[in-house]
Amino acid sequence: MLDDFFIRALIAGIGVAIVTGPLGCFVIWRRLSYFGDTLSHSALLGVTLAYSMEFNIAFSVFIISSLIALTLIQLQKRTNLPGDALLGLLAHSSLAVGLVVIGFLSFIRFDIMGLLFGDILAVTVDDLFIIWIGGALILLVLKLIWKPLFASTVNYELAEAEGLNPDRAKAIFTILMAAIIAISIKMVGLLLITGMLIIPAAMARNISSSPQRMVMYSIIGGLLSVILGLFSSLEFNTASGPSIIAASLFLFILSLLNIKQSIKLKN
Amino acid sequence: MKSDQNILVKLNKAGFILNNKWLVRGVSLKVEKGKIVTLIGPNGSGKSTTAKIALGIYKKIDGSVEKYTNKVGYVPQKISIDWTLPLRVNDFMLLTESLDKETIDEALSLTGVIHLKDKNLGDLSGGEFQRVLLARAISKKPELLVLDEPVQGVDFTGEIALYELIKKISDELNCGILLISHDLHTVMSATDHVVCLNGHVCCSGSPMDVAKNNEYKALFGEQASQILSRYEHRHDHVHTSEGEIKKN
Repeated sequence: MLDDFFIRALIAGIGVAIVTGPLGCFVIWRRLSYFGDTLSHSALLGVTLAYSMEFNIAFSVFIISSLIALTLIQLQKRTNLPGDALLGLLAHSSLAVGLVVIGFLSFIRFDIMGLLFGDILAVTVDDLFIIWIGGALILLVLKLIWKPLFASTVNYELAEAEGLNPDRAKAIFTILMAAIIAISIKMVGLLLITGMLIIPAAMARNISSSPQRMVMYSIIGGLLSVILGLFSSLEFNTASGPSIIAASLFLFILSLLNIKQSIKLKN
Repeated sequence: MKSDQNILVKLNKAGFILNNKWLVRGVSLKVEKGKIVTLIGPNGSGKSTTAKIALGIYKKIDGSVEKYTNKVGYVPQKISIDWTLPLRVNDFMLLTESLDKETIDEALSLTGVIHLKDKNLGDLSGGEFQRVLLARAISKKPELLVLDEPVQGVDFTGEIALYELIKKISDELNCGILLISHDLHTVMSATDHVVCLNGHVCCSGSPMDVAKNNEYKALFGEQASQILSRYEHRHDHVHTSEGEIKKN
């Protein structure tokens, strides 16, 4: 069964969606979408390093993205530049450096489009293991830091005052962000990972009244997007990443209709 | 040694600098189990800053702070909640502690907002939200309660009831309370120890001692000390163990 590339892609996509659902909610709540972009752009550098050193892609992306995240935190402390400028600086410079390095690696054949937008043909059985084991670890850690992370998202001072150590939760969450990018890069492609994180979560926000429900709907939205996207990718021979994101956009638009109805009901 | 075991938090000449300006400096105080310590002082005198030092929110402080409990309930003066979060009152009650339904219901009933349990936090009025904040802080049965103007925006009758509740909680849970209040009436009737701040500790002691202090009079005016003297008259008697009232 796993011989079929499409089944492999489907299993991989489902694994990714289950993890991006809850993480995406935090990305929205904590306003981290540009942070996600920066990390995923830096992933290109990780990929090129993986190729040039014949190293596992997910692992090397994880390392590079974590390093970029740490660099960002240091720069925030040491410079007076605003956060968005620092994010832009890191995002574009790491993307540029990654592309330059690709130029030097002319002896390796690169599927740039696949890297940027995802390629379902590229998902191997090894990747499935990385996605499902990595994904399970991410969810486990997220569950462990859920309380301090959520409390400090609502109000930092309350969390700090009542002894929840929000700074540690924030640092761990940053690492989880790097990890989700690492495991989903083959499916969604590095330019669209943030979309996979925020669009299902944004859809869920429109239709949910509590944080738990938002997480649940976000997972469901992600799953539907992956399934719809992958089938249409197969059907119309389009890249997997854009197809998945387009499907999630479709779900988001549906959720807007729901809002309109509920506003009408209120009036 | 016995009295030391009752100390929940102790500030030793604590101070905090923000943007090269002292927000407050040289504050020494301690909060003990079952005692209410009240901070008073004009706007910008460092009351909230002192509370945040005691809570450990400000870390790079001058002096030192010793905290002997991790069971803390906090009602901040200002709280900005991001409405990108779908958050009901019930979710908010569970924010820092896992509580069962009875505990949540009890706390919300005590502060009179049980009917709002399933409402979205963003739909509450200022006074209602304040009551929810207080309910959340007391629901986890803390050893130390830090209340930064806990009744702001609450209607007049509610204000009195909530202060009575705070006093009751302090007795029942035997928890120490660090209270910040503008209401001198309450301060003087329910407090064990008053610290009057104006960027530094200008005076401190029992409510009566503070009221007699000249610096206090200079800060709050003659009228304020009259409030206290009226309070003094109310206590011209003692309650005996038989429940009788005995004149002094």
